[in-house]
Amino acid sequence: MSTTTVGSHGAAGAQMSVSQFIDTYVFSRDHKIIGLQFLFSTLLWFLVGGLLALGIRWQLAWPWSDMPVIGRMLFHTEGGQIAPEFYTMLFTMHATVMIFFVIIPILAGAFGNYLIPLMIGADDMAFPTLNMLSYWFMWPAFICIGSSFFLPGNGAASGWTSYPPLSAVWEAAPGSGMAQTMWLLGITFVGVSSMMGSVNYMTTIIQMRAPGMTMFRLPLTIWGMFITAVLQAFALPVLTAAGFMQLTDRVLGTGFFLPEGLIVNNNDMASGGGQPLLWQHLFWFYSHPAVYIMILPAMGMVSDIISCFARKPVFGYKPMVYSISGIAGLGFIVWGHHMFVSGMNPMLGMTFMVSTMMIALPSAVKVFNWLGTIWGGKISFTTPMLFALSFVSMFIIGGLSGIFMAATPVDIFIHDTYFIVAHFHYVLFGGTAMAVFGAIYFWFPKMFGRMMNEPWGQVHFFLTFVFLNGTFYLMHILGAVGFPRRLADPYDYQTFAHLQPMNQFITICAIGMVASQFIFAVNFIYSMFYGTPCGRNPWGANSLEWAAPSPPGHGNFDFQPIVYRGPYEYGSPEVETENYPQWQPPPDKPGDGGAGQDNPEKKA
Amino acid sequence: MGRLWSLLFLLVPVLGTLVFVLAMADIGPLYKHWLPLNANSHGGIIDSLFLFILGLTGVIFVGTGVALFWFMWKYDEQRNREPVKFSHGSHTLEVVWSILPAATLVFIAIFQMDAWANAKMKRPLVSPGADGVEGTLDDIFQPPLVEVVGRQFEWRIRYAGKDGVIGTEDDVHTVNTLFLPVNEEIVIEVTSMDVLHSFFLPNMRVKQDLVPGMKQLVWFKPVKTGVFDLVCAELCGWGHYKMRGRMIVGTRAEFDEWLEDLRQQQNQTILTSR
Ligand code: HEM
Ligand SMILES: [Cu+2]
Ligand SMILES: [Cu+2]
Repeated sequence: MSTTTVGSHGAAGAQMSVSQFIDTYVFSRDHKIIGLQFLFSTLLWFLVGGLLALGIRWQLAWPWSDMPVIGRMLFHTEGGQIAPEFYTMLFTMHATVMIFFVIIPILAGAFGNYLIPLMIGADDMAFPTLNMLSYWFMWPAFICIGSSFFLPGNGAASGWTSYPPLSAVWEAAPGSGMAQTMWLLGITFVGVSSMMGSVNYMTTIIQMRAPGMTMFRLPLTIWGMFITAVLQAFALPVLTAAGFMQLTDRVLGTGFFLPEGLIVNNNDMASGGGQPLLWQHLFWFYSHPAVYIMILPAMGMVSDIISCFARKPVFGYKPMVYSISGIAGLGFIVWGHHMFVSGMNPMLGMTFMVSTMMIALPSAVKVFNWLGTIWGGKISFTTPMLFALSFVSMFIIGGLSGIFMAATPVDIFIHDTYFIVAHFHYVLFGGTAMAVFGAIYFWFPKMFGRMMNEPWGQVHFFLTFVFLNGTFYLMHILGAVGFPRRLADPYDYQTFAHLQPMNQFITICAIGMVASQFIFAVNFIYSMFYGTPCGRNPWGANSLEWAAPSPPGHGNFDFQPIVYRGPYEYGSPEVETENYPQWQPPPDKPGDGGAGQDNPEKKA
Repeated sequence: MGRLWSLLFLLVPVLGTLVFVLAMADIGPLYKHWLPLNANSHGGIIDSLFLFILGLTGVIFVGTGVALFWFMWKYDEQRNREPVKFSHGSHTLEVVWSILPAATLVFIAIFQMDAWANAKMKRPLVSPGADGVEGTLDDIFQPPLVEVVGRQFEWRIRYAGKDGVIGTEDDVHTVNTLFLPVNEEIVIEVTSMDVLHSFFLPNMRVKQDLVPGMKQLVWFKPVKTGVFDLVCAELCGWGHYKMRGRMIVGTRAEFDEWLEDLRQQQNQTILTSR
């Protein structure tokens, strides 16, 4: 182990030359710096995505009305109002940013990078240069998609699902010509970046575990990351290929997704012979597994946090691992549930219904095991724990609403309504985003050597939790009325005219939710510099990252960690202490000196 | 604090259930915030399946939500004096809570299949044909009464003329207004000229994406007269929101009269334009 380099980059920062600085912080090959780069970039995009969402909410609450303060700045030509084509761009970009620039890269890119080597006891990733590239390949994507905001016209506007022909034919969406092409390129770059990450994570987890770290001693976070990497490796090529096909349809005049005889905007289309549904199959073949890419790491992190603060082993570790794997396996045969009313053969709809129902099973097993974990524990209600528990509570709602949509006849009615919007916000915001907040509060001390402010963390949790439910819960009710998604002004329909007050309530909650995040932002930035300094293991946790200094220096560990047991031995009768870290030698086997540094606290 | 946090989590199942109960009961601010009027004789099954799943998931929602609350309440570090239950899980429990949901889920899936088949696979028959058996080759299907073509951003509607066949010279054309006779099995042929659209009749519990290059059929049986919304439910471009149609359901006599009027108007315009 490279003990000599520990802490060197932090202290030497002041006298660094420019090129050293660039090596260390810009084109760094250190997984921790890369993880932080991902973290900061994605948090900034989180802000962008949140503001885009407020634009959507504004229009739904007070359609075609002057947006206060920023309206005039954004759309001076329309007198401060949102134009319909701008609205289409808003929800397209909101989803694109949140999915491709926030959720996926913050889980795999930020936490995957930061935690994998530390938690398995490695000094870095298997391929540090590839790792660096996986971050820097996000930048062309940022530029492509960011630039589409400024290109003439209105930005990409065929939804994050980019269904052809709307997305593939220039004439179908005249305002978004170049932007739509840039959008496709951007998604391709994200795919390349994820692919590099994926290969790296798999190799690292398989090859670089510390002595004694068997697969079944891996923390569930690592299992989540590992299976996610596998999912990406298998699913991404399909998206990339489909993206290129759509790109050639757009710019080279091929007709993969365009049928014969299209007449768009009074123009006869020359190309043809393709099938619009083919895109949907390819897209969802990637994007259904992708929704698990967006939650499995979060499930892992939540398991670690819950076990740590319930002071009790994870209930059913192996069933947890099997359900993660089961979700991943089944995840490849359910994509058709997004296409029940798309015109796909209804016979196929039946098989996809059965497989989709089955995928709710491992999700249920996980929920029961989380409940089992806190049962009989000693729960301390810290901020990370609150966020982790809210993940469970919110994921239950999102998982159960999935069953409605998996039921094909019911989906006929609720497909493309706000019921769907409620579903995926419960899993993605109530689930993943809450888990990510929990994870940030939990691992912040490791990343920066300081604690985040606890009372303000709890305020942030409280407000987010309340506003989140205020925003998304009622969307189930909207969906039950049939309220369609992606509609700039639904109130001219007699069926939906009376739903405006409910939408106004939702918008007010959404504004509250975005506003509450500023508490988090201030807490985060303030604590980076002025938070209470902490030792290696402030939470009294068990997994290996807590054996390293906070923050860990280059090469991570200042001793060779050896793993003696699983990561969840809290409350073990074998020791006096509440925790029993993975690296602590058993009492009858004297240690190697490096173990259990400024830790563990004694049992009360 | 632990107690307060537990209570906050208890609010999730409590308020969550309350919202649905109020909406179903049509009470207070949630008046008319529930499934819209169903006017399709085959649509009721979708509503009952929805309610069936709601009941089932509701039980699980409340059960798990209350369990979460109770564990948080009881095992709060500040109050729980018992030592931690050092347990890595229970094989029996895992088996039980895998098999029970699995069986339930399979049951839900099988329970849906008839309704799905009726909505999307079993096109209404005029008669089962000479052999008198449904589902055989000589079945005589209900022919489409009308064709609906989606186009950015309107619904082009076409009825068969005197010859009873759609796609001939004497077709009757209109835009955005779909007139249908009540209490008859209606079959509609749907397709799109340009991009995807979705033919959504909330009150009929009917939704079908329109795909260019594909002709598809939808069917239902309106049992109430009145004016209903025809919604485009698939993003079709900037004007998606204004792709609004309406469906008028009237008696057979009203329908015939309306169609006849339309035909005459159309002949008139053709004559004058010549
Ligand atoms: C219990 C397991 C789940 C089931 C049974 C389920 C089922 C479904 C179904 C049937 C749809 C399609 C609905 C429609 O468009 O008509 C859907 C949509 C969706 N689900 Fe799930 N789901 C589950 C879990 C998840 C999870 C864990 C995530 C993400 C972390 C997720 C994210 C999404 C998203 C993003 C969509 C909407 C995509 C779109 O149309 O824009 N789902 N889900
Ligand atoms: Cu899916
Ligand atoms: Cu539309």
